[in-house]
Amino acid sequence: MNTTQPQLLSGDEAIALATRDAGVALGTGYPGTPSTEVLERFSELGGHAQWAPNEKVALEVAIGAAFGGARALCTMKHVGLNVAADPLFTVAYTGVSGALVILTADDPGLSSSQNEQDNRHYARAAGVPMLEPSDSQEAYDFLLAAMAISAEYKMPVLLRPTTRVCHSKSIVRPACNLPAPAAAHFVRDVQGRVMIPAYARLAHQRLREKLTRLAAWAETSPLNQILPGDKSLGIITSGISFEHAREAAPQAGILKLGLTWPLPMEKIRRFAESVARCVVIEEGDPVLYESIRAAGIAVEGMPGMYHFGELNVARIRRILAGDVSAEPVPPRGKPPQLCPGCPHRYVFELLQRLDCIVAGDIGCYTLGVLPPFQAMDSCVCMGASIGVGLGLRHVLPEAQARRVVSVVGDSTFIHSGITGVVEMVYNPPPTGHVVIVLDNGTTAMTGLQEHPGTGRSLNHGPAKQVVIEELAKAIGVDRVHVLDPGREPAAFDQLVRESLAATATTLIVARRPCILSAKKIREYEATRAENKQN
Amino acid sequence: MSSNKVVNIVIAGLGGQGVITASDILADAAFRAGLDVKKSEIHGMSQRGGSVASDVRIGEQVLSPMVPPGEADFLLVLSADQVEPNQHQLKPGGMLIAPEMIDESALQNKRSLNVALLGILSAHLPMVPEAEWIKALKTSLPEKILEVNLQAFALGRGKKSA
Ligand SMILES: Cc1ncc(C[n+]2csc(CCOP(=O)(O)OP(=O)(O)O)c2C)c(N)n1
Ligand code: SF4
Repeated sequence: MNTTQPQLLSGDEAIALATRDAGVALGTGYPGTPSTEVLERFSELGGHAQWAPNEKVALEVAIGAAFGGARALCTMKHVGLNVAADPLFTVAYTGVSGALVILTADDPGLSSSQNEQDNRHYARAAGVPMLEPSDSQEAYDFLLAAMAISAEYKMPVLLRPTTRVCHSKSIVRPACNLPAPAAAHFVRDVQGRVMIPAYARLAHQRLREKLTRLAAWAETSPLNQILPGDKSLGIITSGISFEHAREAAPQAGILKLGLTWPLPMEKIRRFAESVARCVVIEEGDPVLYESIRAAGIAVEGMPGMYHFGELNVARIRRILAGDVSAEPVPPRGKPPQLCPGCPHRYVFELLQRLDCIVAGDIGCYTLGVLPPFQAMDSCVCMGASIGVGLGLRHVLPEAQARRVVSVVGDSTFIHSGITGVVEMVYNPPPTGHVVIVLDNGTTAMTGLQEHPGTGRSLNHGPAKQVVIEELAKAIGVDRVHVLDPGREPAAFDQLVRESLAATATTLIVARRPCILSAKKIREYEATRAENKQN
Repeated sequence: MSSNKVVNIVIAGLGGQGVITASDILADAAFRAGLDVKKSEIHGMSQRGGSVASDVRIGEQVLSPMVPPGEADFLLVLSADQVEPNQHQLKPGGMLIAPEMIDESALQNKRSLNVALLGILSAHLPMVPEAEWIKALKTSLPEKILEVNLQAFALGRGKKSA
């Protein structure tokens, strides 16, 4: 039931609520901080939400739903869009029948990521409209607006909240009595959806024509608002920077862009001309600044140092004052550590003892890089451990090559490790290779989500289970072993030593549950057993 | 314009100590009292033991969700060793609420230290009536641990004159 009662919600919770209120038929994605809670909450609110094995598959499923005339939401963190970039660039051409919103949660300041890439570049590169909310109310409103734009223009829309928007709480007044979208229904449109070159050429024209219409609409859209102020200073900004900027310069006039692609260039031009000094304040890369300057509008950008990390009120005061002196470095807090009793500890203790060269991956286990283990030599992106390990094995002298091990978590293995194993079997290095899958039975890093290897779906109900060792055998790995490194440390030690010495491809599943999830897993299993009996 | 006084509170501690629960309760109590409120934190989703800090800002109208460094009116710290790395958040004359202000032996459960310290804070926030705190505690905490926490809250709140 819809309500207008105000609620105190995080940005993610607000997006989930709007997704429910917009009548979205399917929410799909892959976990990634700070986006994860959107689908979890949507599911709790009764929505149909599911985790895909990775972001590319998630987007493809969402595209299918939107081709079928339904409304779909696809969620991921910023780096997830790299994985999903292939379908993104072409669904921009095909467009959609229902509606498709792709949520990319960016992480300026790297609170929990391997880079701080700015996904506003994707909006421009792929020709996909982008909306950037600045607080939870806008997170709610902009999800609705993104769905409406998508439905009207028949094109996918990107929604880009950042960590501070996703994880901050503020007050939201939800809309009431929104009309239900049309029911899903397939209508054939071969020229519109089959992207052979002849049809794709036309589709590219259609995309640019839609963007031109949208840019015209953007000039008067309430998504882009002007807060009048003093004529001496104007600020052009978007997203969370808007909140900081209003506080840092209460007297300034502000042009707040909600739709940051395509840009309302005439509105920007008039605003810039109306003030004596016009500064573009944006978190991340100088994306707005460069577009605005390219349109021949005289605006001031930010000194280079402010394009690193998050912005805040203090930094914006400095930017406006032209202060480029060194910034105070806040005292370092205590870094996180693997939990006491964490199953990953056994593996890293051994790898350290054996002086392995460890091609690592992303998850809780990346903490194996820190003392006391210091047993990780690389971590690039999800799934890279296997390819990087193989590359090292191919070129290193034998004595070093035999020390190389790839270490990958279970969720990461399903996400993008499988193709690495195919590569290992197809192009084995002369010394073979050793892959250790750290199977703790969950996606721990992002807050204990299910994945296809756990045998449970997003809401923890039963699902078919992908069995990692069976998959590895079917692909053709020479030696496949499963064991609990905590229960059988001696056997584990011996197995790894043997595997390093063998000239064969080996995959070891080190299976032992995450201690934070173990209790929950027991509860899910118990409910399941009960349900089976009944 | 500047009649809009915002009260800034930073809650800090280590993962697993209940920093986020405490800031959720505080934000909810202020929200129930009809105030504008924003809260923001950077926290991992898993693992244990690293530093965690959460900013809560309450007032008539709150803009940025982050407390600017050196502008916290209150710094509430759950772990003695986290005072030092967070001290810079406090404004001159701001109030530090530290774990030693609560006699642990008076707590039925040591894990409710976070709520006991909120009790101390509550006595300094006249714009949030006690009844709203109680409602916030009741909605944020599971039934099983509610009683202990209500006791812890009362213990902290009674400390006002100390
Ligand atoms: C492309 C991409 N998507 C999502 C993430 C966020 N993320 C980091 S690690 C990880 C998975 C961790 O699970 P697992 O491999 O099982 O290791 P665990 O944390 O359980 O030890 C996820 C989803 C990411 N870094 N990159
Ligand atoms: S959450 Fe689980 S996997 Fe992560 S460090 Fe703790 S025990 Fe290990």
